[in-house]
Amino acid sequence: MNRIERVSRRGFLGSVFSAGALVLAGRVLQLHAETSSKSVTFQPNVYLGIEPTGKVIIVAHRSEMGTGNRTSLPMLVADELDADWKMVTVEQAIGDPRYGSQNTDGSHSVREFFDVLREAGASGRVMLIQAAAQRWKVAPTECETALHTVVHRPSGRRLAYGELAAAASKLPVPKKEDAPLKARSAWRYVGKDMHLYDLADICTGKAIYGMDAHIDGMVYASVEHPPVLGGKVKSCDDKEALKVAGVHQTIPIDPFKPPPAFQPLGGVAVIADNTWSAFQGRKKLNIVWDSGPNAEYDSTQYKDELRSTARKSGHVIRNEGNVDEAFAKAGQAIEAEYYVPLLAHAPMEPEVAVADVRDGKVTIWTCTQNPQAVQAIVSAQLSIPKENVICHVTLLGGGFGRKSKPDYVAEAAVLSKKLGRPVKVVWSREDDIKFGYFNAVAAMYMKAAVSEKGRPEAWLQRSVFPPIPSTFDDVNAVYGDAGHLGQGWTDVPFDISNLRVENGPARSHVRIGWLRSVANIYHGFAVQSFADELAHRAGRDPLEYLLELIGRDRVLDLKNTSYTNYGASYDVYPVDTARLRRVTQMVAEKAQWGKRKSGHRTGFGIAAHRSFLTYVATIVEVEVTDQGQVHIPRVDTVVDAGTIVNPDLTRAQFEGAVVFGTSVARTGEITATKGAINQSNFNNYPVARINEVPRQTNVYLVDSTAPPAGVGEPGVPPFIAAFCNAIFAATGTRIRDLPVGKQKLV
Amino acid sequence: MAITFTLNGGRQTVNVNPQTPLLWVLRDTLGLTGTKFGCGMALCGACTVQINGNAVRSCVTQVSSVAGKTVTTIEGLSADLSHPVQRAWMAEDVPQCGYCQSGQIMAAASLLAKTAKPTDADISEALRGNICRCGTYAQIRRAVHRAAEIKAGGGKA
Ligand code: FES
Ligand code: FES
Repeated sequence: MNRIERVSRRGFLGSVFSAGALVLAGRVLQLHAETSSKSVTFQPNVYLGIEPTGKVIIVAHRSEMGTGNRTSLPMLVADELDADWKMVTVEQAIGDPRYGSQNTDGSHSVREFFDVLREAGASGRVMLIQAAAQRWKVAPTECETALHTVVHRPSGRRLAYGELAAAASKLPVPKKEDAPLKARSAWRYVGKDMHLYDLADICTGKAIYGMDAHIDGMVYASVEHPPVLGGKVKSCDDKEALKVAGVHQTIPIDPFKPPPAFQPLGGVAVIADNTWSAFQGRKKLNIVWDSGPNAEYDSTQYKDELRSTARKSGHVIRNEGNVDEAFAKAGQAIEAEYYVPLLAHAPMEPEVAVADVRDGKVTIWTCTQNPQAVQAIVSAQLSIPKENVICHVTLLGGGFGRKSKPDYVAEAAVLSKKLGRPVKVVWSREDDIKFGYFNAVAAMYMKAAVSEKGRPEAWLQRSVFPPIPSTFDDVNAVYGDAGHLGQGWTDVPFDISNLRVENGPARSHVRIGWLRSVANIYHGFAVQSFADELAHRAGRDPLEYLLELIGRDRVLDLKNTSYTNYGASYDVYPVDTARLRRVTQMVAEKAQWGKRKSGHRTGFGIAAHRSFLTYVATIVEVEVTDQGQVHIPRVDTVVDAGTIVNPDLTRAQFEGAVVFGTSVARTGEITATKGAINQSNFNNYPVARINEVPRQTNVYLVDSTAPPAGVGEPGVPPFIAAFCNAIFAATGTRIRDLPVGKQKLV
Repeated sequence: MAITFTLNGGRQTVNVNPQTPLLWVLRDTLGLTGTKFGCGMALCGACTVQINGNAVRSCVTQVSSVAGKTVTTIEGLSADLSHPVQRAWMAEDVPQCGYCQSGQIMAAASLLAKTAKPTDADISEALRGNICRCGTYAQIRRAVHRAAEIKAGGGKA
């Protein structure tokens, strides 16, 4: 089935295009769509328009939060179209299920749309050639495209794309086989460093984020949320709040009915003339809370509970050989426990949304990774059809997974309905940190029995963490789900004959959600730290030992497990240990492993991890001062993400991942007392600053023709483990609990 | 209360509660949204503007305190990207999400106005109050050095 179709310019995005424009749409076949449904309706998620002016409009249906989607995705179209990049305009799509999934999450935008975007461009090119050939009354085979132009080879005649758009728009869309994709060697943009599409707007302060959205007549709201999840207002005295200049009124927001999902948390909103007055008014509220079912939650006690659960047998996720027998035979075993606390996303732009409810419709402007989730929750909260929720997507000042969860947008809609006018809900940094959907706290129990040479004969790993599904089913979801167990746990890549992977239950007392790299953070930390521990105990070189663990080149056989492979086909994207081995060897070479001098309290650590279908190996050098301060002189990281669309933006993602990982490893920790989160702003939830990050980060991209894989997230997990392994090499202190924080290193 | 100051080269009078932080006057009253809100406690630098040439956190600066002074925001640095810092930022492809960058640029411009050839240590000192959660610090460092070269007339834009 051809995946590209011509659509009317008056389609549901009709307003974007003018008369005479050639408008093409394409869709990505949903996984198993052919088998599960015979009558798949045409759901385009890719829009391409060529205007009579020559302007090329590409509709971005994915969100831009700093990962470069609004640049890399249009590059794919423009390349096959032979379009002049200067003539390309990117229009941001509103939320609409007809785009297929718009959830910009899980490092899969390029991976999923690589083919269809190029096919759309190629179809357009063929149609423009045909239009030119008809105009000239020559055979299309005598014509070719140059930059934004069709050329008749024999005569040298040329027609610009704009001149051909109207004629091309009347032609049938070529079949897929008649619109061949370019050879790699002919790529014009793909594989090249292209500037961020929004670069100039950002550097002049013109770029519009959610925080900058404005609707005439809007009022500002700041919401005092229940400090404990599931809490309720017992009483609220707003007399003092109403005295604050600029404050209009206060409005209660109902508590959610469990499970929390994306519903507003409830509380009291202060409505004002401007953001500042709303913030000030809120400080003057006098609220007595009923803390509810999570009032006794204490993260210190909870840590002990998780750890003790991790010591008991759990559900078996993967089982090879006979681990119990091998342990019994060995007699002796090495055990270690690891721990990673709750983490908050803290995107630079706090959560914010503008909503205008009128005449049974809602217009929303917000920074969201998932506009369709906005439609769903707003429709449910206001009892109006989803189609009546128009969600415009602004640029996002960072997302990291937080902005996939539109609880803050629902607040704006609920308030606008109550007020009958547009409302802008602005979250403070304190709201952002206290009321996150945290990355799960996790305890990992590891056990191995080793041969004389230190090679594991038996390996058991068990993780316990409150699962993300608990946010959507607080009663039943206590075990890890297949998707998140599949993040560096089920797919542990080591060549060990007796290997068992387990998972134990944990109940959640906060909202758990996905955060950049998600479960790979804690799983990767435990697996790669334990491998390093075993290497040191055996007196072996950690690099050589890691390569031995990765073992023979092979594709991991995960047929008997629940492994979901990030939603991708296992045939196309198998766990290929040869690729993991290669990045590991390459990083050793690049970082000159074993060759660079390690001075007093300096040390090198290594880790290798596959996530989001990408293979990454990282070597970190640390230097620990006599006062126990950790400096990071250098990081080397090698990335095999298959085909790379924009190398510069890709390297930036991996450099950024090292910074993100530095924050997680050094200081990332959310704790709770009596159910309430203790952290509130960058003073007590610090993130890495310019003077604290690695002094030098070298990112090397493996030159590959393999299908493209994720780049936003895979850099974080191996960095964290390599950093902690380096601390051990430098000081002899093993980091088993994150963050490194104030642990005594020397 | 009416407060008058020079904003991006023009005379500006605002009639607001004098305690309001400059940040919210710029954003909510005047619609100049290039200056960002990130923490409200002088912890992140997203709201950095220049007051009489000095980099200042506008989220903790009462608007009354700028009366009679000269305020420059990202919008006033240069409208056409001609400022050396903006040119360097473009050339080094600094931004990821971009949200912190107005503040980074304003802080860097203020550093360069005082220190023509900043060292790495100078850059760390001047910019450690500006968080970039996306982690563009290496690019920022390179861009500040490049901006210094551009300013000195030797660098390529
Ligand atoms: S908003 Fe002013 S320093 Fe963060
Ligand atoms: S570019 Fe995103 S916070 Fe700096």
